[in-house]
Amino acid sequence: MMAPNLRRAAITIGLAVFLAVPLLAEASASPALLGLATRILIYAIAAVSLDLIIGYGAMVSFGHAMFFGLGGYTVGIIAHHTFGGGPLLGWAGTNAALVVWPLALLACALLAALVGALALRTSGVQFIMITLAFAQMVFFVLVSLQVYGGDDGLMLERRNTLPLIDTAKSLTFYYLCLALLVAWTAMCISIVNSRFGLILQALRQSERRAVNLGIRPFPFRLAAFVISAVGTGLAGVLWANYARFVTPDMAAWSKSGEFMAIVVLGGLGTLLGPIAGTAVFVGLEQILSSWTEHWMIVMGPILTLIALFGRRGIAGRLFGGRRD
Amino acid sequence: MILLIEQLLNGLQYGAMLFMLASGLTLIFGIMGVINLTHGCFYMVGAYCAAFVVLQTGSFLLGALAALAGAGLYAVAVELTVVQWLYRRDHLYQVLATLGLILFTNEAVSLIFGRRPPLMDIPPLLQGSVPVLPGLEYPVIRLAFIVMGGLVALGLWLLVNHSRVGMLVRAGADDREMVAALGVDIRRLYTLVFGLGGLLCGLAGVMAAPLLAIEIGMGERVLITTFVVIVIGGVGSVRGALVGALLVGMVDSLGRAYIPQLLQLSLPPSIADTLGAGLVSASIYVLMALVLLVRPLGLLPARS
Repeated sequence: MMAPNLRRAAITIGLAVFLAVPLLAEASASPALLGLATRILIYAIAAVSLDLIIGYGAMVSFGHAMFFGLGGYTVGIIAHHTFGGGPLLGWAGTNAALVVWPLALLACALLAALVGALALRTSGVQFIMITLAFAQMVFFVLVSLQVYGGDDGLMLERRNTLPLIDTAKSLTFYYLCLALLVAWTAMCISIVNSRFGLILQALRQSERRAVNLGIRPFPFRLAAFVISAVGTGLAGVLWANYARFVTPDMAAWSKSGEFMAIVVLGGLGTLLGPIAGTAVFVGLEQILSSWTEHWMIVMGPILTLIALFGRRGIAGRLFGGRRD
Repeated sequence: MILLIEQLLNGLQYGAMLFMLASGLTLIFGIMGVINLTHGCFYMVGAYCAAFVVLQTGSFLLGALAALAGAGLYAVAVELTVVQWLYRRDHLYQVLATLGLILFTNEAVSLIFGRRPPLMDIPPLLQGSVPVLPGLEYPVIRLAFIVMGGLVALGLWLLVNHSRVGMLVRAGADDREMVAALGVDIRRLYTLVFGLGGLLCGLAGVMAAPLLAIEIGMGERVLITTFVVIVIGGVGSVRGALVGALLVGMVDSLGRAYIPQLLQLSLPPSIADTLGAGLVSASIYVLMALVLLVRPLGLLPARS
């Protein structure tokens, strides 16, 4: 466990930095910085969600991009029908976030329940391969949806609207993402410390012991998988609103790999670590891709090195996180 | 009827290619416990090497040798530099490390061979078609692929079950420490198996090069299908890989031929086309889901 004082300090500093980014962006007259920070916040929501099942449940999902993609596409498809695409199954559509976003999250929860129910029949390497295969299936379905742009994806006319909050302004949208990240992370932390979370961790440490204590693993694992998928779906929803553009690449296998890399980089089973991991990863991507077109040739080996040496991640190094 | 037989042959041919990839991947996993995402890269490297050498020399034989050498050597290099540190690590780290290698390989291949996908002609010996049945002409190269797949299956069976190396490999899969204690250099054995997997990928690459598009990313696409094959057949078992490869090959080619037709019978064409395309690419995943519902460990799992 992290040393509580250090941990509290890290949270305070991190939060202060995120709160101050817009001021910094304005002071240095670089609006690109605000966009970068928004991307970090959105990816961090997905990373925290993924850490919930990898770090605490030992369910290595290599297909989480499917929820990122589905969340984004639900927003995209509803927007497509609302703005001139004609009614969707007799429904004229809406641009209200309070309707669209819960629908998108519901879609992710349903998909996760289905995929999780099948994938959790296995464990270990099969689980990795099956989640990957299902994500790939979602990817191909998105590519084959010619009505919704196929390979090229969908443009969104404008962002979903919220009462009282002007999502169209990038500054308010940034603070909205920040608020959602903070709320989601707080919820995940309380989940992890609840009875449910303790059972999940007990199952990770020793399934046999937990079963002998009278716990049926399946419902707990499935619930965690669904919660994690909903979080990733939320990130997809925000991404669609941020970029106003969704493509099948949101569900590509490389995106799933990126999420995993971020979690490992930040520190497995720390929830806060993946946020730091996202900042480093997305920042690095930004620097490398502005430096050379062939940045993957550097990024690839960096990922490999993270895997080979980064056993405890950023958070683990700072505060002495979980060891195993 | 003719169409059905043709599609069955296509399925057999696709299955043969999948088997060459899946057998290596499943051996590597079964014996060393490593989930190796770079496997698709070896296949891509093989195809690029073949196309490049054929373009330079005009000789298909040299191209094939280059593919085997390129893929095999790259596999050994990957094992020696990265994978050997991963044997005792969690699958998560294995996935991540080899994912990084995929990104690296893709970029490196596009830097070395250029972004434009190379073309490779079918060698003269394998050009044209032969009558398989009255009224059914089938391309020679696809038949050659099927024969090659059969030979690989036979060769692997002999190697794993009836040779000293195979015996050590099986023993090593059961109990690594014990084999090492008996004085076998298990490290060398592992490198050997990894190289063999690479070699098989190279073979699949050179066979696929004249038929499919050679491009960056071809490795990952086939890798994921290979995963489906292995999960269906049972992770770690070569027999399972064979059964899985044939099943996936058949379902894919029959699905391509018949799903759109069946849908058009009952649905308006515009919906049938879209839905058909989606269902065709999803068919093998549906097959996997069905197999998992009945047998979570796959059809022919290795002894656990």
